[in-house]
Amino acid sequence: MFAFSSFFKSTIGRKILMAKTGLILVLFVMGHMLGNLQIFLGAEVINAYAYKLHHVLPSPALWGIRLFLLVCVGVHVWMAVLLTLANRRARPERYAVNRVVQATYAARTMRMSGIILLAFIFFHLAHFTVRSVPGMEYNDPAVLSPNEVPLVKHGEPVLKDGEMVMTFNVNDMMVAGFQNVWVSGFYLIATGLLCLHLVHGVSSMFQTLGYRNTTWLPRLNLIARLYGWVVFLGFAIIPIAVLAGGLDFDPTGGVPQTHEAPAAH
Amino acid sequence: MKLNLRIWRQKSPLDKGRFEDYQLDDVSEDSSFLEMLDLLCEQLVAQGKEALAFDHDCREGICGMCSLTINGIPHGPEKETTTCQLHMRHFKDGETITIEPWRAKPLPVIKDLVVDRSPLDRIIQSGGFITARTGSAVEANAIPIAKQTGDTAMDAAACIGCGACVAACPNASAMLFTAAKVTHMNSLPQGKVEKDRRTLAMVSTMDGEGFCGCTNVGECEAVCPKGIALDMIAQLNRDYTSAQVKNFFEPVQ
Amino acid sequence: MKLDAKIPDGPLPEKWSSHKFKMKLVNPANRRKYSVIVVGSGLAGGAAAASLAEQGYNVSCFCYQDSPRRAHSIAAQGGINAAKNYQNDGDSIHRLFYDTVKGGDYRSREANVYRLAEVSTDIIDQCVAQGVPFAREYGGLLANRSFGGAQVSRTFYARGQTGQQLLLGAYSALSKQIGLGKVKMYNRHEMLDLVMVDGHAKGIVARNMTTGEVTRHAADCVVLATGGYGNAFFLSTNAQGCNVTAAYRAHKRGAGFANPCFTQIHPTCIPVHGENQSKLALMSESLRNDGRIWAPKDPATAAKIRAGELDPNTVPEDERDYYLERKYPSFGNLAPRDISSRAAKELCDAGHGVASTGLGVYLDFRDAIQRDGKKAIEERYGNLFEMYQRITGDDPYSTPMMIFPAVHYTMGGLWVDYNLESTIPGLFVGGEANFSDHGANRLGASALMQGLADGYFVLPYTVGNYLGEQGIASAGTVTTEHSAFAEVEDAVESRIEKLMSIGGTQSPRSFHKRLGKIIWDECGMARSREGLEGAIQQIQALRKEFWSDLRVTGDADGLNPELERAGRVADFMEFGELMCRDALMREESCGGHFRVEYQTDDGEALRNDADYTYVSVWEYQGDDTEPALHKEPLIYENVALATRSYK
Repeated sequence: MFAFSSFFKSTIGRKILMAKTGLILVLFVMGHMLGNLQIFLGAEVINAYAYKLHHVLPSPALWGIRLFLLVCVGVHVWMAVLLTLANRRARPERYAVNRVVQATYAARTMRMSGIILLAFIFFHLAHFTVRSVPGMEYNDPAVLSPNEVPLVKHGEPVLKDGEMVMTFNVNDMMVAGFQNVWVSGFYLIATGLLCLHLVHGVSSMFQTLGYRNTTWLPRLNLIARLYGWVVFLGFAIIPIAVLAGGLDFDPTGGVPQTHEAPAAH
Repeated sequence: MKLNLRIWRQKSPLDKGRFEDYQLDDVSEDSSFLEMLDLLCEQLVAQGKEALAFDHDCREGICGMCSLTINGIPHGPEKETTTCQLHMRHFKDGETITIEPWRAKPLPVIKDLVVDRSPLDRIIQSGGFITARTGSAVEANAIPIAKQTGDTAMDAAACIGCGACVAACPNASAMLFTAAKVTHMNSLPQGKVEKDRRTLAMVSTMDGEGFCGCTNVGECEAVCPKGIALDMIAQLNRDYTSAQVKNFFEPVQ
Repeated sequence: MKLDAKIPDGPLPEKWSSHKFKMKLVNPANRRKYSVIVVGSGLAGGAAAASLAEQGYNVSCFCYQDSPRRAHSIAAQGGINAAKNYQNDGDSIHRLFYDTVKGGDYRSREANVYRLAEVSTDIIDQCVAQGVPFAREYGGLLANRSFGGAQVSRTFYARGQTGQQLLLGAYSALSKQIGLGKVKMYNRHEMLDLVMVDGHAKGIVARNMTTGEVTRHAADCVVLATGGYGNAFFLSTNAQGCNVTAAYRAHKRGAGFANPCFTQIHPTCIPVHGENQSKLALMSESLRNDGRIWAPKDPATAAKIRAGELDPNTVPEDERDYYLERKYPSFGNLAPRDISSRAAKELCDAGHGVASTGLGVYLDFRDAIQRDGKKAIEERYGNLFEMYQRITGDDPYSTPMMIFPAVHYTMGGLWVDYNLESTIPGLFVGGEANFSDHGANRLGASALMQGLADGYFVLPYTVGNYLGEQGIASAGTVTTEHSAFAEVEDAVESRIEKLMSIGGTQSPRSFHKRLGKIIWDECGMARSREGLEGAIQQIQALRKEFWSDLRVTGDADGLNPELERAGRVADFMEFGELMCRDALMREESCGGHFRVEYQTDDGEALRNDADYTYVSVWEYQGDDTEPALHKEPLIYENVALATRSYK
């Protein structure tokens, strides 16, 4: 009597899809942040972390995860677009006097923060993942040199078949990226908006999934606010540290000085 | 007290409508908001102008007939108070008050400040009931119901169906209204039998009527004259998910 | 006019069941060939429409509000009585029956009241099954309270919103049938006249209040559940739209109107604050359990309070007159509604009243707060105190509450027999619109009971019986093409045209206010021959003025609240006169009807059982002709008539 596809057409079903994809992205953001913070542990750590991300799983699985995350973003955005369009249709006329009683700024600006975040994600992927932003093609040794450094484990370069295993110079890429004031500025704004998005989104997610009530509302709101701020600070501290000179290039890739400088491949 | 009123006038559903300004000179602070509008109507009639149309009936805050968005807030500035229970002492002498109808596509203006709320009835008609044919009921005390369950049902059932939640929602969502009814009936043992059918049907009608989704901003809860909480919406979301999961494995009849 | 109450034979407890057995049934397959019109969607109308549709009849239901859920039954606060005896305090069907007859001051029909008490238990079962969230005890069973001075706890309640919850129950059952297509709901439609074919009620003419269109509706019979006429007084606790039009139009078509002067004045309402007041707010009667009612002994003190020169809290104990405790020591502040109301009026008339208008007495919680603590009082009455403060701006914890009586309920209504059929065959009347169960005074928490009893458990049987008697050949034979519909429609349209075209200067509301004042002054809490005779003349003069100086703005072809009110006031004008006539005719004091000429030496009501133990039924004879009085004698076989005493 009720087609199951109605779930995807109903406003609640769409919201639930947003909440579930949102949950995945919320967790991803925390993981991503924790990964990034390893830059403070030294170039060799962040570089090794990047290597691990790329090699611990076979390539199809890695692509699977990437695709999955992209699909999550896509579904999240697509549902938001559908719901927003429907929302506009449902309230075509505005009030002459607009007063807000209890809706928070974060809640009212989810679309704005979301759109800017989406733009940022595109830029961010082009910038640090695909590395194709004009002038910032980090895969090109002319832009970032050296762009490959030895992989270091337990203070020793990792050897395979007698040769040093090389990995991408993530540390220098991040430093190079964030030394650009415009990039850092956009990054800070975006992470600020991410914080705003999370402050409403994390608590709202529980509401949409049906796990919030009057008792838990203030608690979840607090958790969401903390989560948003932690994510913001965790991400923001890196460009700030770069601009303040606290993080710098490490062309050695963190290889202890006792070792010979590696030869480029 | 003296008041300047800026009121939405619209001759018919097709008319574009506009604001008109009126002045009232002698309003008692003890008057209710609607009595103030009565006074305006009398003034208009005395001037040979057409009186204002606005919905109202019981004037004791329970029938849900009165509406009005007063200075941008459905039912006005007082918390948990319907327009009919709002009194003029909450306004300042000489104040300009802007009065608009509920604004939502599914609730079109019929005239002036009167809107058509029949979509809310249709949501109920699609499933907002517990089937209990007259005369077929079992003894009332045969099914004990925990006090807490009864209280939850009562909290939800306090909804007066005024539509303020829709009016306040930036998306014209009827989630709080629908959720209140769903929670009232789904939480009682008597209502469990039809729970999934009810939830699916009411949500489907709600969407079909053109109400949009909830963005969890909470304006509905803030203006609800009966203090219906967002909890109800969470409950609806949960019941809807569970109904759809069951529906996936075995279609709900 | 022939008044045959059709009370079944046999002992009282068996009358209803044996009557049900003897009633005609309609074959389920044939029911869909019949159609029924139900006007009104409150407890009686909504329940009847839903139940008839469940049985298989095609139902059309009409309400003037924008949704059937808004009928004024929704406003009842206190609760609903039922003889469940859940509290094991000796309640029984017979006791509820007896209390209701006695409370009605022996002016109701025994058989009807007994049936009401009998089905009261089914009502609770029905409502619980529908999901009405009645208050419960921790053990999960239903809770009860004692209400309105009753000696047993038989009142079921849902916070202070019992009426709302019961109505939502009926509304949900009705909604289901609307969804199934068995009920066609007409919201924002006002019945303006009854259509009769060959002496039977066969349809109505209504006005679509949204479009202004006058529409015809035919059926095999008509049920009116259109509520009471308290708004004849202008100020009452009724909703703004409550009106007598449907009932009065039926009366003009030949339905007898019974006991129109029996109106109930509720003692604990918030006093009138000024000229522009539109409505009186009721405060629950339960407040009298702890509040003490008083007025200043010295009118000069009262005058100072009125002028705002004196704080009532500073009035010393010996200058306060706790008049209910003084006059009725055994019942004190819990004296019945009619008695408490009258006592307040007497004091205010003598200049002891407080409130700016001089029409108010104190309901003081000072002693209760001192005795039990503010917290205990807050727990008991917190929401009521809040409501009071919202309306008046005064804090009842620190300033004594002010109260004054207000019109609340009307016991009179269209005359009906045991089947709830009026003197017009095929016209059934349920709920407050009929006169049947409350006599001259209604007990608290009995209105909801009666509405639902009529709607769920009486009308669905008796309407079926009528349809069965008419025979299947008659089903659906009358259509709106019948000439009777054209005639009535013309009459309705020309009346609307007339109202629109008077072109005078005064608004419908101003006439309503003036009418209300006349009726309140002369046909309110205390009535006299002289006053009533004067009132009749004043109303007649006002009616003439109305029809020559009314101004209705706007158009008739769309939503027009002024036109709606004009039509209702026009009917209240004529009906108000009938109320006064009835009050004038009834030369006794009973229940809500107090004739100053008929009182005991110490000012108590003096009933005249020898001459007035009957239902007065009025027959319409023409707009300017006095109506004819018919009498249905009331025969008490099971209850001995006694004088009520609360001393």
